Amino acid sequence: MTVLDLALVALGLAFALGIVRVVLGPTVADRAVATDLCLFTVIGAVALMAPRTGAEQFEDVVLIAVLLGFVATIALAALIGKERE
Amino acid sequence: MSGLIANALILFGVLLVVLGGVALLRLPDVLARANAATKAAGLGLASILAGAAVAIGTRDAYVKLGLAIVVQFITAPVAGHVLGRTAYRTDPAAATSFLVIDDLRPDPRADIDVAEASEGGPGPEGAPDTR
Repeated sequence: MTVLDLALVALGLAFALGIVRVVLGPTVADRAVATDLCLFTVIGAVALMAPRTGAEQFEDVVLIAVLLGFVATIALAALIGKERE
Repeated sequence: MSGLIANALILFGVLLVVLGGVALLRLPDVLARANAATKAAGLGLASILAGAAVAIGTRDAYVKLGLAIVVQFITAPVAGHVLGRTAYRTDPAAATSFLVIDDLRPDPRADIDVAEASEGGPGPEGAPDTR
């Protein structure tokens, strides 16, 4: 199971890179894109926790998180767009 | 054998997601970053989910994670497009500095009255040059 651990560490690295872009990002849209990728790294980590721990509940969490992530992204885009007017 | 496939899928997906994170830092433009992040979120996360489903191996895992993959393939391009359009509308100067073709710019022909231009007009060759 060392591959799963390595993958989790790499996903943590990608999350950290996204957080750096959230802190640096010159525009609000940069931060929105970066938080989107951060969410997907978290979803990937949750998906990898299912075979690592053997708990099947993580599968439901992944499915719901993917659906909610799309809604959250659309809502964030609408919020940013309205903020300017 | 299935463990090998699962590991390959997981490592491929994680590689794409990490490359998406690196691209977020290194690319010069909002639209370029959104493009790279969307690729990572679409194919990368789908590959991770497929690898996790193969690694678990139960029917529940295949159904749930397969549905998640389908949803991700449908929603990731839409979300990336919406984010890119929002970036353009909130800060066009920051978004267009590296663009070659800008399909979202205000149409220069929008000033022409459509009804007037279409009623027996002289055709495209005789149309007034609005550039």
